Amino acid sequence: MKTLAPLLIPLTTIGVELIAVFAALVLFAIFLAVVGAAPFAVFADMVQGAFGSMFSVQNSLSRAAPLMLTALCTALPARMGLVVIGNEGALLLGGLAAAATAMVFHGALGAGVLLPVMLIAGAIIGGAWIALAGWLRQARGVNETISSLLLFYIGLGLFLYLVEGPLRDPSSLNKPSTYPIGDANMLGNLPGMDVHYGLLFGVVACIAAYVLMEHTTFGFAARVVGGNVRAAQVAGLPITRLMLVVCGLAGAAAGLAGAVEVVAVEGSANATLYAGLGFAGVLVAFVARQHALAILVVAVVMGGIEASGGVIQRRHDLPDAAVDVFKGFLFLMILASETYVARAQVAVQRWVAARVVVPEPPPPGPAVAVSAPSSSSA
Amino acid sequence: MNLSRRVSSVWIVSCLVLAACTKSEPKPAESAPGAAPAAEAKKDDTLKIGFIYVGPRDDFGYNQAHSEAAKQVAALPGVKILEEEKVPETMDVQKTMESMINLEGVKLLFPTSFGYFDPHILKVAAKYPDVTFFHCGGLYDAAKHPKNVGSYFGYIDEAQYLNGVVAGYTSKTGKLGFIAAKPIPQVLRNVNAFTLGARSVNPKITTTVVFTGDWSMPVKEADAANSLIDQGVDVLTMHVDSPKVIVQTAEKRGVFSAGYHTSQAALAPKGYLTGAEWNWSKVYEAYIAQVKEGKPWDHLVRGGLKDGFVKTSAYGPAVSAEAKAAADAIKAKMMDGSFMIFKGELKDNKGVVVVPAGTEMKQTDPVLESMGYLVEGTVGSTGTGS
Repeated sequence: MKTLAPLLIPLTTIGVELIAVFAALVLFAIFLAVVGAAPFAVFADMVQGAFGSMFSVQNSLSRAAPLMLTALCTALPARMGLVVIGNEGALLLGGLAAAATAMVFHGALGAGVLLPVMLIAGAIIGGAWIALAGWLRQARGVNETISSLLLFYIGLGLFLYLVEGPLRDPSSLNKPSTYPIGDANMLGNLPGMDVHYGLLFGVVACIAAYVLMEHTTFGFAARVVGGNVRAAQVAGLPITRLMLVVCGLAGAAAGLAGAVEVVAVEGSANATLYAGLGFAGVLVAFVARQHALAILVVAVVMGGIEASGGVIQRRHDLPDAAVDVFKGFLFLMILASETYVARAQVAVQRWVAARVVVPEPPPPGPAVAVSAPSSSSA
Repeated sequence: MNLSRRVSSVWIVSCLVLAACTKSEPKPAESAPGAAPAAEAKKDDTLKIGFIYVGPRDDFGYNQAHSEAAKQVAALPGVKILEEEKVPETMDVQKTMESMINLEGVKLLFPTSFGYFDPHILKVAAKYPDVTFFHCGGLYDAAKHPKNVGSYFGYIDEAQYLNGVVAGYTSKTGKLGFIAAKPIPQVLRNVNAFTLGARSVNPKITTTVVFTGDWSMPVKEADAANSLIDQGVDVLTMHVDSPKVIVQTAEKRGVFSAGYHTSQAALAPKGYLTGAEWNWSKVYEAYIAQVKEGKPWDHLVRGGLKDGFVKTSAYGPAVSAEAKAAADAIKAKMMDGSFMIFKGELKDNKGVVVVPAGTEMKQTDPVLESMGYLVEGTVGSTGTGS
């Protein structure tokens, strides 16, 4: 009981989530049965398509990679009470910045130098875009949810104008694109894997975001702002600066995702970059409860569902929408379980407190006495 | 007390769930009826063919044209087709192709969207040299591209010219509307052919072009259709992925429409005139026969009405006998190869001569594939500034 105590809260959370997942599976099974498919056969093929072989696992991971980065664009500001949903705009402009950087420095910088410069440019532009939403909130009182969404529309317009106008490679006849960045400047695959380095960036970014927000004074200050702005003001925290930095980091993650799509997949910026990876990131962040480490798990699950979508379409003659139905059930159940997570956590705490207190009086050992307050504060 | 009881029941339930999950794992494996026949099928010499679409299969447009052909091909002996719809032109399509190859044993792929080619098909084709890839768009370059890739496309501007002829006879206002995605060569060629067809009937007719900016923008397409009709346009045609909303809007507003990609006659029983349709089964069947027999195939395949790559929709009730006769006469000339759509002297809508007098451009002329102008009589601009 003593060693288990700090794990009880996360275990309770996971337990409730598993019930939610199970409920979603039941609902999806009913749906499948209604449309005339065999639920268990579909589930088996989904597992195989998502994680059934080395190929499937890498397929899922490569789909998860951009979602890890775009999810941070929502999750980081959420820790300080902001709801940012304009991830797609930062992604598009980040990708455009990477391609434009290649056009400017082509030939001037060697392959090994240009690549990081492109990625950094993407992150900076993406960061500036979301920081703009943070600034609008602090300076002009504009709701950041609306402004980040509207900034996406502006970003999309700007992106399409530049890609299909001034920055267009005239030889890209029927698929208007910027000039190619060149094969030598492309970002390769992780060693021994068929997944590009974007996955590593995503994992590192999520871990870094977790450490920053949960284990530094900066992160603590940001969370105080999220918890109670008045308290943060009274404590003399630099709220505007915190918001700009957090929004900037958030946008940088999405901008980096766009830059990676350009340097690892497309080789140029074009309209196919607008594929909804940013908006999918919003969903991932909410399902992960804005927790940076949970994003890693949710992104991989989402990647797996996407990867399995094709398999069930082909083998069971289901429309593409079938997998969207599953996603809908799953995420709705997980989000709806939120209220039960909090209740279960409180209940578990009380239950543990009651159980630990009862055997306490007879042996007055110091070890047990210490465990009681630590478990109730966990 | 009450709470703790509730909590312990939560724990019991979650344990049950865990148990159920672990128990149900082997169940699907045993009873996987989907997987078993797939494994057996690998033994015989059935050719597995994968079709990949960028949008929904039932879009009344680009993707439906391909999917209808895939259905026809599925009836061939010794062939099994696998389809996947709504696959974006990103890493997704690379993984979809690889998934079809690795998990289903597909040997022949038709990734149909234009944007799939570079870099996606090129990358995957280089990785799987024993799989054959046929792409719609006609971009193959023997010097640069892998040998297991072929590309095909059709001269659908011929059918758009006939749309224009019928529209020219039908229009009362002399104003036609063309709703298109982007001012790229493939699209401009259709706009120009449609306008030239209409102006061959009545040189005073104008076509107003609206570019929506992307291939599937139903709201903008409906807005464009309404605003064109408000300006007096009484025949609409289009080059977008799904003509559905435009044809429906035209029908609702009581004006005529000429279709594109596939037949939209069912959406507009009154106002649908005719349409420019793809006939991809012709291309697919030829390719599949060649691949099955191990014969060499052409890397670059093109064709128009004459070759059966494109066709026209049956005439709707609003088409006059005169219009039918005129369009059929031109179609007959196209079928025997004696008709040229783009011939001099041809001016663009800024007055610049784009095809000098005395020049006749064959459909196969590659110059037509980098068309960057709108012909005289077209109201609109190709410009995004480039």
